[in-house]
Amino acid sequence: MKKDEVPQDLGSLGKITKEVCYATDSTGKYVTELSTGWEVKTKALDVAWEDIAKRIASAKEQVLNNQASPLLFFMEYRLMDISILADYTGFWKWQIKRHLKPGVFNKLSDQKLQKYAEAFNIKVEDLKSMTVHED
Amino acid sequence: MKIEFEHRQAAHCESGVTSNLLRVSSNSKITEPLAFGIGAGLFFAHIPFIKINNGPAIAFRTLPGHIFNRTCKSLGIPVIRKKFRSKEKAEAFLKECLDAGHPVGCQVGVYYLPYFPKEYRFHFNAHNLIVYGKDGDNYLVSDPIMENATVLDSYQLERVRFAKGALAPKGHIYFPEKGADITDGQIKQAIKNGIKKNVNSMLYIPGSFAGVAGIKSTGNKIKKWRDKLGLQKAGSYLAQMVRMQEEIGTGGGGFRYIYAAFLQEADSYLPGNQLADISVMFTKAGDLWRTAAVQAAGIYKGRIGSQEDFNTMGDYLLEIAEIEKNAFLALKKIKWQ
Repeated sequence: MKKDEVPQDLGSLGKITKEVCYATDSTGKYVTELSTGWEVKTKALDVAWEDIAKRIASAKEQVLNNQASPLLFFMEYRLMDISILADYTGFWKWQIKRHLKPGVFNKLSDQKLQKYAEAFNIKVEDLKSMTVHED
Repeated sequence: MKIEFEHRQAAHCESGVTSNLLRVSSNSKITEPLAFGIGAGLFFAHIPFIKINNGPAIAFRTLPGHIFNRTCKSLGIPVIRKKFRSKEKAEAFLKECLDAGHPVGCQVGVYYLPYFPKEYRFHFNAHNLIVYGKDGDNYLVSDPIMENATVLDSYQLERVRFAKGALAPKGHIYFPEKGADITDGQIKQAIKNGIKKNVNSMLYIPGSFAGVAGIKSTGNKIKKWRDKLGLQKAGSYLAQMVRMQEEIGTGGGGFRYIYAAFLQEADSYLPGNQLADISVMFTKAGDLWRTAAVQAAGIYKGRIGSQEDFNTMGDYLLEIAEIEKNAFLALKKIKWQ
């Protein structure tokens, strides 16, 4: 890539910091050049978040239809799978799988709910009511 | 308390941290590309049966931690590194290091890293930054991908140092012990070692998931993605590949440009070995990775999407595999002058 071809399409990172790219100058020597972003990868990132949004929406529906507990919703919201959540909470994976059932979830002690709330960085009442505060 | 430390931005976090931590003892000789090359950072792997964020697990660089380790080892610099179970002990040790005047490298997760834009916060635990002081409750942080130095309060730093999930940092802290002067002779030897290691990792890892063989195999897989996954999911997979290739920290072209820059710098240490010519081959590979990314973007934007387009996409990777194979074979054949 030549120095003057380093893309300057403003992306979400570009608003906060420019990133260093390695490119060649007119004599072919490598130099660094700052880039504000590249449309190709901005779109790739958009695709990732669109997929996540779909997963969140589908989780929400399952919770509202009483097919899953609010854990599923917050797992998708926080991009966590069962093993990440197990690491954050200290629960076993099989326990989390049980807690994903609405019936089991509704009987969980406050202490257990608190562990989940901490992992998701939310309050217990928000966990129960599936309420999201933008952070 | 603040240690004399100058923040410098880099393309890639680990090679940036390595070069910044070695700046004093190397008299600024270990640049980011040199750290990346000596650490044999260039790689490709497409790990089967594992999904990351519901997409393919593709990496363009070597395992986290390797670049710093290999670079220091090759240069004969003793390293101190620790991981912790206890958050309190981790912070106590950090403070001790700062009191002793050591800026330190820390491995962190980016999901709860507050100065990162929200769009970039995934559960990625192999980010690296330098802590070089403390002011009240705030730690002074030099994150190589940021233009300016920044701060994290003690809770924020603890949270990212003890992020959970794959490659959990567990408070991982590392720094070079002071007092080692790096000579040109050491750098020359380290460059040769780094190249040799990278030749091995790209050409001779058994199996078809890593190195040049991995690129070829992924190229062939991509051609089947449309039928196997459906257009939309195949698009998401390609988007994930492009993110790994171009997202913050690669310097562009899936680290191929940094490696080309490394070979140019290596050429001035070891002239007469055609390193500058081989550097051009890596520039070509980087350019082709970016051409492939544009093709991929056409697919995930929904502008194109026929089987023919997927074949073109896969063929780019086959072509890249060929270029990189020849480039590493050329590196392998060098009789050092």
